Amino acid sequence: MMARNTVETNTAPVSDVFGKSGPLRLETPFHPRIAALMHTHAWYDWSGYLSAHSLWDEELEYFAIRSQAALFDLSPMVKYRIEGPDAEAFCDRLTLRDVTRLKPLRVQYTAWCDDAGEVIDDGTLFRLSETRFRLCCQERHLPWLLDGAIGFDVAIEEETEAIAGLALQGPTSFAVLQAAGFGEIGSLKPFGIAEFAHEGGRVTISRTGFTGDLGYELFVDAGDALSLWDRLWEAGRLHGLNAIGFGALDRARIEAGFLIANVDFVTVDAALRADRARMPDEIGLGWLVDMKKERFNGRRAIEAARAKGANRHVLVGLEIEGNVPAEHAIVYHRKKREAGIVTAAIWSPMLKRNIAIASLQRPYGDTVTDDLWVEIYALHELRYVKLMKRARIVERPFLKLDRRRATPPGGF
Amino acid sequence: MRSSDTGNWDVIVVGGGHNGLAAAALLAKSGRRVCVLEADDEVGGGARARQLAPKFRTSSLAHVLNRLDAELIRTLDLESHGLELGGAPMPTVALGKGDPLILHGAYGKTVTGLGEAEGRAWTELRRRLMLQAGVLKPFLARRPPQLDTLTLGEKGVLGGAALSLKRLGKDEMRAFLRMVLMNVADVADECLDDDRLKGLLAFDATLGSHLGPRSPTSLLGLYYRLAGEIEAKPGAQTVPKGGMGAVVASLASAAERAGATLRTKAGVGRILVEAGRAVGVVLEGGETLRALTIVSAMNPRTTMLDLVGARALDIGLVRKLTHIRMKGDVAKLDLALDRPPTFTGVDEDALSGRLVIARSSDDVERAFNPAKYGEFSREPVMEIVLPSLHDPSLAPDGACVLSAVVQYAPYDLKEGWETGKPKFLEAVLGRLEAHAPGLRESILRSELLTPADIEARYRMPGGHWHHGELQADQMLFSRPVSGMSGYDTPIDGLYLAGAGSHPGGGISGRPAMNAVRHILAAEKR
Repeated sequence: MMARNTVETNTAPVSDVFGKSGPLRLETPFHPRIAALMHTHAWYDWSGYLSAHSLWDEELEYFAIRSQAALFDLSPMVKYRIEGPDAEAFCDRLTLRDVTRLKPLRVQYTAWCDDAGEVIDDGTLFRLSETRFRLCCQERHLPWLLDGAIGFDVAIEEETEAIAGLALQGPTSFAVLQAAGFGEIGSLKPFGIAEFAHEGGRVTISRTGFTGDLGYELFVDAGDALSLWDRLWEAGRLHGLNAIGFGALDRARIEAGFLIANVDFVTVDAALRADRARMPDEIGLGWLVDMKKERFNGRRAIEAARAKGANRHVLVGLEIEGNVPAEHAIVYHRKKREAGIVTAAIWSPMLKRNIAIASLQRPYGDTVTDDLWVEIYALHELRYVKLMKRARIVERPFLKLDRRRATPPGGF
Repeated sequence: MRSSDTGNWDVIVVGGGHNGLAAAALLAKSGRRVCVLEADDEVGGGARARQLAPKFRTSSLAHVLNRLDAELIRTLDLESHGLELGGAPMPTVALGKGDPLILHGAYGKTVTGLGEAEGRAWTELRRRLMLQAGVLKPFLARRPPQLDTLTLGEKGVLGGAALSLKRLGKDEMRAFLRMVLMNVADVADECLDDDRLKGLLAFDATLGSHLGPRSPTSLLGLYYRLAGEIEAKPGAQTVPKGGMGAVVASLASAAERAGATLRTKAGVGRILVEAGRAVGVVLEGGETLRALTIVSAMNPRTTMLDLVGARALDIGLVRKLTHIRMKGDVAKLDLALDRPPTFTGVDEDALSGRLVIARSSDDVERAFNPAKYGEFSREPVMEIVLPSLHDPSLAPDGACVLSAVVQYAPYDLKEGWETGKPKFLEAVLGRLEAHAPGLRESILRSELLTPADIEARYRMPGGHWHHGELQADQMLFSRPVSGMSGYDTPIDGLYLAGAGSHPGGGISGRPAMNAVRHILAAEKR
C-alpha cells in the first residue's frame, strides 16, 4: 500500500494552478507570528510546510538556545495518534524499545524497523495515557502503521495538521514557562509530560527537546496555537525569548549528538540504493534494541545480523583539528583508504572545537580507530583549498549540560 | 491450559487434506510420532467423497486425477493401500458446435474428429507444449530457489534448467522463451483452426484462475497442467478405481500404517508460539497438544494470520499475506440423476471421459468478461465427469451422479450469492441442457457450491482451490509470498505444506513432499 499523497498534474497555466490549489507549501498554525518576525526571508520546505531556516541571524539564534530561551515551530513534525486497548501492545511490536515499561505521561526516544531490521525512522513516543500514544517523527508512515495494526484493537490517525507544536529550549525556558503560568512544570523530570489548561483547551508540555539543553515541547490543538504563542511571547519578554529557525537548532542538535533521519542516515523507504539502508546497530541506535522483548518488528533479522556480525557500518562522533566544518567530507584511514563520510559537522561555539557525526565502514570506527583523517574542501574565492585534517573518535553527545537534567530547573 | 494437555507429539499436522495426509505419512515413515488434526468429520479435504442425496455420493471438489506424484505413490506404496489408477488415460470430449471432438491418450495423443491437416498441427503443438512443460517440470519437484541465500545446490538447479533449455536446440529454445509468458488464445490461434480444440486449451489453461484465455501469461496454466503426469504419461488424466475417494483413503491408510494418528473433528484454533518458536496447538474446543514441529497443510494466510496471529509476525509479512490474490472463480455442481445423461454425439465410451463445454477461445473469454466486474458468466464454461461410472457405489443401480467444475463464478459476486446462486444455477443447467437434452428432467437433486460455499465448507479462503492464484507473481519463490517460499516460516518449527506453497494446487502431494524433504533436512542440521 502506498500513501496517496499524489500531486495532481495539471496542464493549466501556472497562475491557474496556484489560483485553484493554493500555495505549494502549507503554512503552520504559527505562521502569522513567525512571518511577522521574519527578517531574513530564509524560508525552507519542511515536509511540505513553509518553515524558517533563520529569522534574523542564525548565529544569534543559536546563542538564544544556549544562553537565553528559543522558540521553534515544530508543527511540521509528523504526528500520529495511536489509541485503543491494544495501543501499548501495538507500539511495543512496532518499535525497538520496551513500551510496556513506558509509563503514562512519559516519553521514549525510539526507532522502528522493517522486517529486514532496517531503520524506517526514529522519533519520540509520547504515552499520553494508559491507552493513548503520540508518535512523532520525520517521515510519513500511515500505511505501515495501519498494516501493523492488523490484529490489534487500536485506532491510528495522522494528527500532524490538527496538532501544533512548539519547542521552547534554553537555560531560561523554565523561567518563561513559570512567567506564563505553567509554574507547576518545575517538578517535571526529563522525558516527563504534564497537561495544563489553556484558553478553554489543553496544552501538553513535555520536558523534551532536540538541543541537549534545558527545554520543553508544547502541543496544542491548531486552533489554540496563536494564543499559546502570545502567552509565551509575553512571558518571555524579560527572559530573552527569541524565535529561531532550523539553522540554529541544527547546530545545537549536532552538539547534542542527535541524528536526523535522511541526513545522518538514509531511511529504508527513502533509500533508492539497496545498500544505503541501515540497521540500528549501524547508526548508533543499537542501544534502543531491547532483545528481552519476545517480539518486535525486525527482531529476527537484527538477531541474525548480530549473530553473523553482518553489520557493516558504524556511526561515530569525530573531533577534527582546525576550525573549518567538515560537512560531507570523506573520512580516510592513513590519509589514503576511504573509511566513511561525515554526515553533519559544525564548529561548536560552546565547545570551541570542530565536531562532526560520521558514518564509517567497518572495521573503521570499530576495531580500527586510529590514524583517521578527513579531507575538507574549503572554497577560498573560487579556489578550493584541500585540507587533510586529523580526526579523533570521541563520545557523543559532544556537549553535556547539567542544566538539561536538573530538577527542579534553575530559574532566572 | 497445561492440565488439559493431551499428549506430546513429534509432529502435529494441521489439516487432513491430501497434502496433510501425505506429509503425515512421510513424516511418520521417518520414525516421528505424528498426529493429524482435521476440523471436519472426515479427512480428505477437497479430494474426499461427499454425500449428495440418500444413496448418492460424489467427489467433493477434485473429480479427476492428473498429477498425483509417482514418487509419492512409490514411497508410500499407495497401491498396497488400495490405490488403482486404472490403465489407459480417460478421454477428453470437447463439446462445441456440431460434433464433439474426442482426445484419446495422454492429453490428445490421438484425436477423433479433426481433419488431417489440423490433426498434424495439433500433434506439432502438443509436442512443443509437452517439451516446454518438461523444462519447467524439475522446478515443481524442488524447494523454490531461495534468492537471498542461494546455495550451491540451488545454483546447480538453475544451471540445470538453463542447460536443459539449451539442450532443446536453438529453435525450440527460442520458441520456449517467446511463448512462456504468452496467452493461450494467441498460441492456439497461431497454431490451430479448430474452435473446439482452441476452446479446450483455453479452458484447461484458465481453469482455477482469475484469467481469461486472452489474459497475459494464461499459457502458464496449461504448462502447469501438462507438467503433471499419471503413470509416467504427461498430461494424462484418470479417475482411480473406486473414485477420487480412493486417493484419500489410500493416503490415510498409508499414514496410519506408518504410525500416524488421524483425528477428525479436531479443528485447530491457535498455534502456540513461545519465544518465537511453535510449541503446539490449541484446538477449537480448548484442548492443547504439544509438538516442536507443526506442519500446516492449511491455507498459508489462515495459518499465519489466524492460527499464529498477525501480532506474532513482522508487519511486512502481514502486508504480503493480506495481499495474496485468493478469490476463487470456480463453482462446483453436483447432480443426482435418475439415469445416465445423453450428450449429443457422445458415445458410451466417451461418456466415461472428461467432457468440456468450451466452444471456442472466445466462448471462454466471453464467460470471463463479467467475472472481471463481479458478475457470473451468463454462458459458463465447464468440465463434466460422471463419477458413478467409475465407482458404481456412488449411485443406486441405473442412476447416475454428474459432477462439474464451472467457471466463472467470482467469489465477490456483486449482487451477492444469496440471490445470485439460483440465477447462476439456471445458467449452468441451461448450458448443460443444450448439450445433453433431457438432462433437467432426470435431476433428482442438485447442489451448487459457489466459491463462498467452498470457503465455508472446506476452509479455503476465497473458495480458491489453489489456496492462492497460480499466476507468475504467486509462483516459485513468490508462493505463498516472497521471503517465505521455502516451506519454513518466521516461526521456528512451523512449516507450510499445502497447495498455497510451491508448486501449488491439484491432487499431487508435491507441496507436502517438498516440505517434508526440507523439514527432514532442517531438523538434521
